[in-house]
Amino acid sequence: MKALLFERNIPRYAAARVVSSLGSGRGVTVAPLKLTDIDEPDLPGPGWTRVRPRLAGICGSDLTTLDGKSSRYFEPIVSLPFVPGHEVVGDVEGPHGEVAGRVVIEPVLGCLARGVDPPCPACAVGDTGGCERVAFGHLKAGLQTGYCADTGGGWSERLVAHSSQLHPVPERLSDEAAVMVEPAACAVHAALAAGEMEGSSVVVLGAGTLGLCTIAALRQLTLPGTLLAGAKHPAQRQLASALGADLVVDPNEVPRAVRRLTRSLAAGAQLTGGADVVLDCVGSADSIEHALSVVRPRGRVILVGMPGTARIDLTPLWHREISLTGAYAYGREAAGTNGARPRTFDLAFDLVVQAGLDRLVSAHYPLERFHDAVEHAGSAGRRGATKVVFDLREQPRWRKTGAAG
Amino acid sequence: MSPRPGFVLEVDRSMPPTLIWHGEGFRLERLPVGSRVVYPPESRPPLDDPDAAIRHALLNPLGDSQPLPALLRAGMRLTIAFDDISLPLPPMRSPDIRQQVIEAVLDMAAEAGVDDVVLVAALALHRRMTEPELRHIVGDRVYDAFAPHGLLTQHDAEDPDGMLHLGLTDEGEDVEINRRAATSDLLVYVNIDLVPMDGGHKSVATGLASYRSLRHHHNVRTMQHSRSFMDQHRSELHSSNWRMGRHIAASGVNVFQIETTLNNDTFPDQFRFLQRREWEWSVRDRAGFLAVSKSLDRTPERLARSIFQSIRAPHAVTSVQAGEVEAVHAQATEHLLAQQGVDVAGQTDVLTMGLPYLCPYNVNSVMNPILVMCLGLGYLFNMYRGKPLVRPGGALIMSHPTPWAFDPVHHPSYIDFFEQVLAETTDPLEIEAKYEESFATDPWYIHLYRTGHAYHGVHPFYMWYWGAHALDHLGGVIIVGGDPAAVRRLGFKPASSMADALEMASDVVGPDPTLTHLHVPPLLMAEVT
Repeated sequence: MKALLFERNIPRYAAARVVSSLGSGRGVTVAPLKLTDIDEPDLPGPGWTRVRPRLAGICGSDLTTLDGKSSRYFEPIVSLPFVPGHEVVGDVEGPHGEVAGRVVIEPVLGCLARGVDPPCPACAVGDTGGCERVAFGHLKAGLQTGYCADTGGGWSERLVAHSSQLHPVPERLSDEAAVMVEPAACAVHAALAAGEMEGSSVVVLGAGTLGLCTIAALRQLTLPGTLLAGAKHPAQRQLASALGADLVVDPNEVPRAVRRLTRSLAAGAQLTGGADVVLDCVGSADSIEHALSVVRPRGRVILVGMPGTARIDLTPLWHREISLTGAYAYGREAAGTNGARPRTFDLAFDLVVQAGLDRLVSAHYPLERFHDAVEHAGSAGRRGATKVVFDLREQPRWRKTGAAG
Repeated sequence: MSPRPGFVLEVDRSMPPTLIWHGEGFRLERLPVGSRVVYPPESRPPLDDPDAAIRHALLNPLGDSQPLPALLRAGMRLTIAFDDISLPLPPMRSPDIRQQVIEAVLDMAAEAGVDDVVLVAALALHRRMTEPELRHIVGDRVYDAFAPHGLLTQHDAEDPDGMLHLGLTDEGEDVEINRRAATSDLLVYVNIDLVPMDGGHKSVATGLASYRSLRHHHNVRTMQHSRSFMDQHRSELHSSNWRMGRHIAASGVNVFQIETTLNNDTFPDQFRFLQRREWEWSVRDRAGFLAVSKSLDRTPERLARSIFQSIRAPHAVTSVQAGEVEAVHAQATEHLLAQQGVDVAGQTDVLTMGLPYLCPYNVNSVMNPILVMCLGLGYLFNMYRGKPLVRPGGALIMSHPTPWAFDPVHHPSYIDFFEQVLAETTDPLEIEAKYEESFATDPWYIHLYRTGHAYHGVHPFYMWYWGAHALDHLGGVIIVGGDPAAVRRLGFKPASSMADALEMASDVVGPDPTLTHLHVPPLLMAEVT
């Protein structure tokens, strides 16, 4: 079968790091990623099934990997070679190769999928994002589908998934809507991880896929007093507004806007007051410092974008007693009534429909054009695009939609 | 020989190109044949002895006022308020006329044994001045005698203990002014009247007022109902100030008003060509123009700005009058109109004007886009009595680089106004309703206004309102040579050349429009019939 395979090749990985300095996504031209024919992955055990991807998104973390910039932190919890692609909507293959339903994959490979029994404490309560066994069990290391040598990934014609990872897609949802469920789930988790929000001043830094989904999640699932977004590009600004931001400004204008919003004073670049909550959907050293400078004393900063290695002045964290926390993946959320803890993906399905997140899918590419696809994803904001996907449907085709340039 | 009056010239084929200001530079443009150019009158002769004229005015007051010495006595509280650095433009050469007047008043106070004297710079919501700026206005002698003892103050409209509410006018307007001024036995106000809007009851009722008081006349409704606010008899702004001024007087505040007027000597000798009509340029004028233009072409923007900002105008005093506020202002206005008035027959389809580097609110800093709007649509558009120079629905073409640039020390709230408010709407009424109060009461802007050199948080709103009448009246505004992004943010259209601008204007006013060019500065007041 056709697949994009990411292999261990240190020189090419290093070269990608150099080339990507010309722009995000550019590293793909030299990265150890190739389109090849490989064997379909074996079913690891009972409860596993084959899935034929229909659409598979290109995520910011994929770009980081292809640009040679991923943290060494991940080395022990991924296994090479792997097929990337964890934002997947596909068809479940029945025992005789027939289509047995359309699904979205929840990519975290927790204890249930790994055959770890008894499950770790996190998985025991459904918080699979906090699984303590991601490098153990009968699967090779891999925190998610798309980073595990045994499961395959969405950038191919087949992968395998455990029944615990499968979420049936309602008929009324388009493939484009369904492929947005996984990033929407990340956003739902981040919005709910931020805690009590009613009446708060909330800032979202970054308006890529994750930032826009987070804005939508905050607006749909919480009750912020004022929601301010920092967005770099015109199309991002329009979408941020449409998805519920009360005020959208250029990233450079965020400190001034937060100062105005919170009627704070300023001492140098540091506000004396600031926003109650800041969600950083960029994950760079600059954005984290930005977040620390505009959050109020004893406020909360949530890292939603993957930060990697960063050199940051943490003095304000100490001085202002700021809570800095991460928001990774999904599981179950304490958002239900009567103590119910719905699955993050269930909430994400609702969010995708309510907020119309299918509009974020801007461009489709066949696997053969992966260079173009990844470069497009790397420059999506500048080109008026948001989510770039590989299109693996029965009659492979590629097209551009929306404002994608 | 008496100076020649202003006049209106019709452009013909023999006419040399017209000089048009363009920020820190100028351009020569050939206006279409048949266009009109409105030139200001030549400078009127100055008073031979300003000090004698000042003394004469103080001893021979107008209206029902007594001579100043009769109002002064030992043991009294005397406050002398004076206009800030927004007047005149450009700042005048030393000695500033305010220094001369203040020294004369202090001499008389000393003779009368008055020893409780405080000077107040009447800033309203303008920025505090620096020491060199204050020294330039009051002179070293006055500065060194008063400032070290805390007796040379700058009005602080946000000082809760420094303001006094004097009640409401009969139309319900709050009258709140500087407490020291309001509780003095005598308040002497020293004006420079550069335009007819200055002086009169506006001096105390605006210069020494608080936001709470100013909002009653510095608002969109007032601006839209003033035709123009340079014409005190057809200006809501004046009506409100006059009501407040009379209320202040009725509250027992004793005001002795001194108003001075200047002639049109706006630029020093090396810029003499700016004061002359193009077809009368001598070889020296042409050489001056070429030398200045060529050197400006090679001068970095910041340096050019600093060169222009260092210009001191050779303004000379044409009149001094003192006494009762309304009588004084009536006479000062006559002097002003004698210098600036130009009769213009009928309106035009397209009005063009070049905007210089300076307006009242960017002395020693950059002219940001909001001030460009204010100078063009607020000030120069309103330099008329009778009817606007341009017809309703006509087009205004301004020439200015309009950089997306702000002075963060002087204009911090302007940045937010431009980036956030204008990004959403340019409608003055919507802006006023939605944003004014939050800017006006923002603690950071208040802090910067009180302790730094920042204009009050509400000031950019007032600048925008200043243009509200023009926005209402005009069919379109085009800026030649401006930063396109900044011009669009203002809600105007950018054009790269005057020819392009005229073509764009024809979309608004139709083909073959009539065109009038306002040839300022020096300033003129168009008496449009």
